[in-house]
Amino acid sequence: MVLSLNLCASISMLAPSLAIADAEADREAFVAYFKKQFSTVPYEDYVNGVYALNKDARSQWEAIEEFPPYEIDVEEGQKLFETPFKNGKTYASCFDNDGIAIRQNFPYFDVKSGEVHTLEQDINACREKNGEKPLKWKKGNIAKISAYMAYTSRDKIINVVIPDDPRAKAAYEEGKKFFYAKRGQLNFACADCHIYSPGRLIRTETLSPALGQVTHFPVYRSKWGEIGTLHRRYGGCNKQVRAKPFKAQSRQYRNLEYFHTYMSNGLPINGPGVRK
Amino acid sequence: MKSVIKSITTFTALTAILGVMSFPPVLAADEKSVMEKGKSLAFDRKKGNCLACHVIKDGVSPGNIGPPLIYMSARYKSKEALHAQIADATVANPNSLMPPFGKHGILSDAEIGKIVEFIYSL
Ligand code: HEC
Ligand code: HEC
Repeated sequence: MVLSLNLCASISMLAPSLAIADAEADREAFVAYFKKQFSTVPYEDYVNGVYALNKDARSQWEAIEEFPPYEIDVEEGQKLFETPFKNGKTYASCFDNDGIAIRQNFPYFDVKSGEVHTLEQDINACREKNGEKPLKWKKGNIAKISAYMAYTSRDKIINVVIPDDPRAKAAYEEGKKFFYAKRGQLNFACADCHIYSPGRLIRTETLSPALGQVTHFPVYRSKWGEIGTLHRRYGGCNKQVRAKPFKAQSRQYRNLEYFHTYMSNGLPINGPGVRK
Repeated sequence: MKSVIKSITTFTALTAILGVMSFPPVLAADEKSVMEKGKSLAFDRKKGNCLACHVIKDGVSPGNIGPPLIYMSARYKSKEALHAQIADATVANPNSLMPPFGKHGILSDAEIGKIVEFIYSL
């Protein structure tokens, strides 16, 4: 209830541009679709991914969440985040609110470059600005820093903004198209698995709904044995259908993240998460 | 049943040794091995991986994205029609979630043929 009130408030504050109107209509249809498919699942529960639908797996997962394997990553991420660069500055100097409780505003459209920026991208931009080498994109320190920043943003409501700029609208549209396009030798769209088949089994794996998929990234996966970023997961889901994955932080994946996260506007951040 | 198969095999072996090919029993043995090959192709994760989405008799931990594959000879008038469905499911349903095994070269036509023999027997 509180959630939906928040949402109404934030929507009415936005300028009524066409881009926003279209994306907002998309998002509303998206949410309505899942509500109809899974009438017993409360909206806020979508942040729990597959566990919102699979009760058996859920209790096991809840037990894991008591002593989550990502705890150490959050701690290490905090240490990395707070350790000064050689020039004495820290990551805090590069972000709004010193980098605390801001995860919900990513990704965003950067007017200067005309492109979508992700949190990971800005972490590396901050390093380079301060004379440090960029980190590898998919795992390791970047995922730990991202995990810490997500952790400080828990319960903040996702608020991805599409400004009134044709380039922003084009980026959103490209991400949306990506999500619905069939690809790979096995001919699957993201939507095939995460819109048309959530709750169903692909072999022994229950498929999660696209709504809420991004809220808990980065994620510690037992399959990886470590924490990894959203784009690492994108690559995995592309490879799974025998499609060539795009590079982490490629324009394609950033635009995908833009659309994908916009669909979860209104849901709270609960990252980092833990998954199979 | 077992003893029949056994005797067929022995017979085949014998005829092979003798170099005399007598058709009917040889076909029966081949049909059985074709079916068996079809089954392993259908179950193999790197090949058909049909169990990812379909319940199939004898298949362990199947998914349920597609319908259970049963009574196929009642569903399909001919093996050709079944072959066509597996070769390219997007003909019957353009938005099909089923991979177009033939069209995308996931399976060869001969492999699909063997799978058809197996599936049609269900
Ligand atoms: C053939 C099926 C399939 C396709 C196609 C597919 N995925 Fe997935 N995806 C899975 C499975 C299985 C999982 C693991 C179980 C789950 O959480 O859904 C998963 C998990 C995910 C997760 C992690 C969810 C979480 O809660 O941590 C994300 C994010 C995701 N997929 C995004 C995508 C995107 C984006 C695409 C398209 C580029 C895509 N997937 C295409 C099968 C698929
Ligand atoms: C990723 C999912 C998936 C895989 C893998 C898959 N199928 Fe399907 N299959 C479906 C779906 C979904 C349908 C329902 C019809 C449609 O949407 O095209 C279907 C329909 C069928 C039908 C028609 C059934 C009927 O009663 O109309 C047959 C036959 C079939 N599949 C055989 C196979 C065989 C054989 C394989 C493996 C070589 C296979 N399928 C692999 C998803 C799959």
